[in-house]
Amino acid sequence: MSAAGSGLVRRIGRISLIAWAVFGFVFLFTPIVVTVIYSFNEPAGKYNYVWNRFSLAAWQDPFKYSELTDALIFSLKVAFVVTLLATILGTLMGMAMVKYRFRAKGLLGAVIVLPLTMPEVVMGFSLLTLFVTLNWSRGFLTIVIAQVMFSVSYVATTVRARIRGFDWRLEEAAADLGAGPLRTFGRITLPLIAPGVVAAAMLTFALSLDDFIITYLNSGLENTFPIEIWNLKRSRVPAQINVFSTSLLVISVLMALLVIWQGRRRQRSLDGAASGPAPA
Amino acid sequence: MPVHRLVEGFTRGEKPEGPEGNVVTQSTMSQSTPGASGLDPQQPVIEIDHVTKSFGEFVAVDDAHFSIGQGEFFSMLGPSGCGKTTTLRMIAGFEQPTSGAIRLDGVDVSRVPPNKRDVNTVFQQYALFPHMNVYDNVAFGPRSRKATKDEIARRVPELLDIVRLGDFAARRPAQLSGGQQQRVALARALVNLPKALLLDEPLGALDLKLRHAMQFELKRIQREVGITFVYVTHDQEEALTMSDRIAVMSEGKVEQIGTPTEIYDSPASVFVAGFIGQANLWPASVTGRSGATADITALGASLKGRCQSENLRPGTDAVLMVRPERITISTNHPGPTTQGVRGTVVDLTFQGPIVRLVLHAGDDTPIIANIDPDHDLPMLRPGDTVWAAWDATAASVLPASPDQPLTATDVVDEG
Repeated sequence: MSAAGSGLVRRIGRISLIAWAVFGFVFLFTPIVVTVIYSFNEPAGKYNYVWNRFSLAAWQDPFKYSELTDALIFSLKVAFVVTLLATILGTLMGMAMVKYRFRAKGLLGAVIVLPLTMPEVVMGFSLLTLFVTLNWSRGFLTIVIAQVMFSVSYVATTVRARIRGFDWRLEEAAADLGAGPLRTFGRITLPLIAPGVVAAAMLTFALSLDDFIITYLNSGLENTFPIEIWNLKRSRVPAQINVFSTSLLVISVLMALLVIWQGRRRQRSLDGAASGPAPA
Repeated sequence: MPVHRLVEGFTRGEKPEGPEGNVVTQSTMSQSTPGASGLDPQQPVIEIDHVTKSFGEFVAVDDAHFSIGQGEFFSMLGPSGCGKTTTLRMIAGFEQPTSGAIRLDGVDVSRVPPNKRDVNTVFQQYALFPHMNVYDNVAFGPRSRKATKDEIARRVPELLDIVRLGDFAARRPAQLSGGQQQRVALARALVNLPKALLLDEPLGALDLKLRHAMQFELKRIQREVGITFVYVTHDQEEALTMSDRIAVMSEGKVEQIGTPTEIYDSPASVFVAGFIGQANLWPASVTGRSGATADITALGASLKGRCQSENLRPGTDAVLMVRPERITISTNHPGPTTQGVRGTVVDLTFQGPIVRLVLHAGDDTPIIANIDPDHDLPMLRPGDTVWAAWDATAASVLPASPDQPLTATDVVDEG
């Protein structure tokens, strides 16, 4: 094959790669873009499904439907508690799995990814069966338990992956200098594994806000934001849903950017490039 | 001088009681009496009392029994896996002895966690806290020990001055060179003024030139602060240069403890002789004994040597050790007062400060001699016959060891 021919093949390859990438992004982001655009729609009827005309009405009165607002507040509360509990539990689990050797460690490693792979509907029903058997009434507590259960797996796996390279001799050094276990954890271990923990916490928060099936099965009379949207669907779909969704989207993008920016700044300072080059 | 300020800082520190007070007087004493290396064997700081450490079936340290004196620079020397680091980690508190006891200033600390032991460690790769600057790294110890703000503000800069890093307080560890990180690790471990400083191959990560510079630096700092140093290394030269005493270890056992001169001139075993410096090790058999001198046959001749073991009786197998630099070469018989054998020149190598000469004795046993290039000798060529001679005091007779078979590498290789 001539050189010109192979150049042509390469160019075609590059163009089709770009085309695929563009297609992928369009595929991924079209629903999100539509959601954002429709927050500026003034629906003709009760359902915000068809574009009617541009309006800021929903943005000017986002709390018009109190059941929707209450559900969002409830969801944020749940997400906050779940994130706190799951992050603590999952971080400790992830650390233990990297740091210690113990019996059935391999088994735990396999079991811990189960909630990530098991169908949600199975997990949701198992839990519901358990709560009914125990005669617990469903509500805030059962939602939190259900969400912590699957979130712990995400946190433990994320933290475990992020602290593989942690230098445990730093803990020995801290103990050697007189720091007890708590001070060692608070001043040495935690600050150094913080990026992994924060990433895991953000993931948990998003998963909690988003979860429908497991939560729906174990929520009793309480409505989280996704459940409320599901319920509303029968009577009306106001543009306020899009307003909240867009706001959540913007907040999470900002938070992700903040974490990335912080991570870069931190890495620069750990590498020593922040305040001048290292001396020879 | 920093010494006085340091001592002053210590007496005014948060630990006015008992044993720590002794450290102060001892360290000032060792300053005023630099003779005898400033050590006081009457008052051991660390006692290793018949300590054994096993990991499952593997015995890492086998019945170690010795003590380390006040203000001493004590080295544990041996190849990797000899148990030196495990012993150090037991003193620090990271491992607990399987049997036996470790005492600090007479108090059994075998089961005391590291954060409650008054010893500090300089780790092999320094283990500096990467998210803290130099000042905070050094201040971590006193802050953990709940020292007052004033005290921290006084002591941390003092230590940074001692290790000559006063201008680097605001730097992160990653902004420092290897040698500077090393000195931060040193300052961080010394700032609590421990009863002993434990150093785990601290110079291993540095290049050769820097390592030599840091050896002097370490000695200077040790003299300045007067604290007992326990130093783990596999580098015999490092141990010989810096130590007051050395414990040579092999396969979990302490082979010999002594001053560098004792270890070098009177090794107790074939392992020690071969590990430290270069040594000619020749198979021998004992024919007689008179006091500390043994009559032996080796290299096909009747010779004498200093007896290094009580177990060497007439008729037993032994090993004769002579350092290559103690051998002189002459064309004539060296005379009746010295020991000597005839040999044939096999090889001559110019090595800068010395000429390395390989001879074969009558029974083809190789003899290595390092001689001064200025040595007044006729031009030697392979095949020439010469006399190799040495003083009887330079010859050590060691017990033969089935674990240490004599091979050519024992004779030739440097440890």
